[in-house]
Amino acid sequence: MKKSVLFGALTVTGLAAGAAQAATLDEVKERGELNCGVVTGLAGFGAPDANGVWEGFDVSVCRAVAAAVLGDPTAVNFVPTTGQTRFTALASGEIDLLARNTTWTFSRDTDLKFDFAGVNYYDGQGFIVPTELGVSSAKDLDGATVCIQTGTTTELNLADFFRNNNISYEPVPVETNAEAQQQYLAGACDAYTTDASGLAATRATFENPADHVILPEIISKEPLGPLVRHGDNEWGDIVRWTLNALIAAEEYGVTSANVNELAAAPGTNPEVNRLLGTEGELGAMIGLENDWAKNAIAAGGNYGEIFEKNIGENTPIGLARGLNAQWTNGGLIYAPPFR
Amino acid sequence: MTTTSDAPKAGFRPSQLIYDTRYRSMTIQVIAFIALMLGLSWLVSNTIANLSALGKDFDFGFLGQRAGYDINQRLIDYDSSSSHGRAALVGILNTLLIAVLGCALATVVGVLAGVLRLSKNWLVANLMAVYVEGFRNIPVLLWILLIFALMTEATPQPRDFREGGDASMILGDSVAITNRGVFIPAPAWGNGSMILLIVLVLSLVAVWGWRRYAHKVQEDTGRILPIGWGTLGLLIVPLAVAFLALSATSGRVTQPIYVTGAAEGTSLADFGAAQQGINACAVPYSTESLNLRRALRAEGLRFNVVDVTSAEEAIAAAEEGRCNILSLPASTEAATVPAGAVALSDTIRRGSPVQFESPVLGGFNFEGGLQLRNSLIALWLALSLYTGAFIAENVRGGILSVSKGQTEAAFALGIKPSRTMRLVILPQALRVIIPPMISQYLNLTKNSSLAIAVGYMDVRSTLGGITINQTGKELEGMLLLGLFYLVTSLIISSAMNLYNSRVKLKER
Repeated sequence: MKKSVLFGALTVTGLAAGAAQAATLDEVKERGELNCGVVTGLAGFGAPDANGVWEGFDVSVCRAVAAAVLGDPTAVNFVPTTGQTRFTALASGEIDLLARNTTWTFSRDTDLKFDFAGVNYYDGQGFIVPTELGVSSAKDLDGATVCIQTGTTTELNLADFFRNNNISYEPVPVETNAEAQQQYLAGACDAYTTDASGLAATRATFENPADHVILPEIISKEPLGPLVRHGDNEWGDIVRWTLNALIAAEEYGVTSANVNELAAAPGTNPEVNRLLGTEGELGAMIGLENDWAKNAIAAGGNYGEIFEKNIGENTPIGLARGLNAQWTNGGLIYAPPFR
Repeated sequence: MTTTSDAPKAGFRPSQLIYDTRYRSMTIQVIAFIALMLGLSWLVSNTIANLSALGKDFDFGFLGQRAGYDINQRLIDYDSSSSHGRAALVGILNTLLIAVLGCALATVVGVLAGVLRLSKNWLVANLMAVYVEGFRNIPVLLWILLIFALMTEATPQPRDFREGGDASMILGDSVAITNRGVFIPAPAWGNGSMILLIVLVLSLVAVWGWRRYAHKVQEDTGRILPIGWGTLGLLIVPLAVAFLALSATSGRVTQPIYVTGAAEGTSLADFGAAQQGINACAVPYSTESLNLRRALRAEGLRFNVVDVTSAEEAIAAAEEGRCNILSLPASTEAATVPAGAVALSDTIRRGSPVQFESPVLGGFNFEGGLQLRNSLIALWLALSLYTGAFIAENVRGGILSVSKGQTEAAFALGIKPSRTMRLVILPQALRVIIPPMISQYLNLTKNSSLAIAVGYMDVRSTLGGITINQTGKELEGMLLLGLFYLVTSLIISSAMNLYNSRVKLKER
């Protein structure tokens, strides 16, 4: 027993070495770099391009935060995490921020001691199957073999869905999206299930996307968003309001093209002036320069631009805005007032 | 002559703790112990401080909570509403399964390769050298991934087995090799399987007696009795006779099929056509269940199986409406037949003591039979071949350690080469082989935690993976995991040490 306590203690000492110190902001500034946890590779959401530069919808959140805090969107150290390693990485202080299509749930927010900064994509879990199987509904999947990323909420939803519908299935656990894709394409599983956005992103990378169909059932609510450690509220505020700044910028028509011009002198809309720091002292209230939001928006554009550039309808992933349209357009994306 | 000297003055000075050799070692040990304890207490208090800084508590209550996830390979009953503790147990059994299978195969492969590498045949010896060097010098994780990739990419999908597909089952349509695993026939137990078991036990006792007798005859007279053939005969003949006799008698007995919601004497086909869904109550792994399912499949009907543990439970389930078809022995009294149930015109066989159920192609996948998943096969083969390479070298070293004179002496006495190996060389070589073999078994068991790479649900994947991830109990989970591997390793090494003390040189 003595031995195991020793090993346990060693583990935790390692785990908790940098954990939960209150001043993440100071650490990031001192380091001059933001450690951002991202997905190991999911087209459109977070993947390195041909030159090894990370880009994607979730990656843009990292860049916006780095720009707001450090003034430099490239000052990010991307840490690829799997479904299983992401929470340990964040809790241990290895990363300052996790922007990796992670579902906001009660237990993650409370029991796992994280704080979600908001929702940057409203998603739901779906299934993809080869068209030639002739399956038109997830309820036809009785006896099917289903590939599933372990350590995710989708794993639990899947179990609940098949249990509720009293049909059987065989789960094939895989670690990463790439592995799941390989198993699915080899036919080792009949269906692959993950967030519908992830399915669309994965399908876009297939040789023949038309041979695969995403089933109509969405079996869960998956609000995805960036999260930080519980307990450092100042840092949590910075991430939350950076995300809100991107969303508000789209609402008020501030884009990466006109943000410098609008930030040069106070304009007619006081909300835009406060957002861009030409009026008021919002930046100082969260311990940043007054041009923090300007930098964040200049990094990759506003929420709408980020969406269109990475996963929008003109990209291979081709996701419609749907629930993720601005509230003014009937969606759920909504930023509290900058006041 | 007795002399009494004065007792030494009982003056103890503190400097003796350092300068007196009687006390010095004690002093050093006490200081080392205190330092160790201080170090430990620092680690523990650090842990506690950091846990409270994170706002986490330390308790094992999560083991009783609902797990919520499914596990594909289960050796015991488990579903998503079971507890995390149960999930951990499923994982532990899967780990032990791979450890036992792996150690067994690694031993066979290792001993064969080790002996063959010493062969005088140039080709055989060099082939074995290539095997040993190839497997020993490449990380085991690569072998696991390679074999898994081969199994997944190079084998046909289940749907290729459909008519018009380009794949077919082997060994008389009983084994299917697919990219989801190998499906092999599974045994089903029927009436009289207990008798078969008793016969088997009696045969084993007889074999033991025969071997003792043969040994005694050889000691007394020098006459060598055919031990091998005798053993084989004693094992096979009584079993075969009992099996055939039981199959011919009780196996041919037919028994009625009872259904609810149909008229008496309807045929199975008509019943199936009239029903919306067929739910069959059956005891798993019984021939009754197998023959009922075969009858249903023969009519081309789709059905669900409701697992029950006994005929009584099947009757109760049918009365509750959980199933609408079941089969009961013909001797069942009319009063106990479920209310509202009637017999069909079709009947099924009671079944032999043991029947084998071949996998058949179902909706998405093969159904029935036993599925050896690719993850299991890849892990098993890779671990066995990898560890086997090390064992081969141990075996070769052990054999080479036996002086050549022993072989020559045996040959001079006219002992055949195979007997020389078995009776002269190996018993002496074992003394050298066993101790390093223990480490290899331990290595294999611990390496099985690489299972996560191919999605094999061992204890590292269930308790140390999904459970930790869902509950956030990293410390507790990792402690339990470490404890499990520690205990398992200690058990393996103490068992092997026992064996070692039996084969090692007996000194008088």
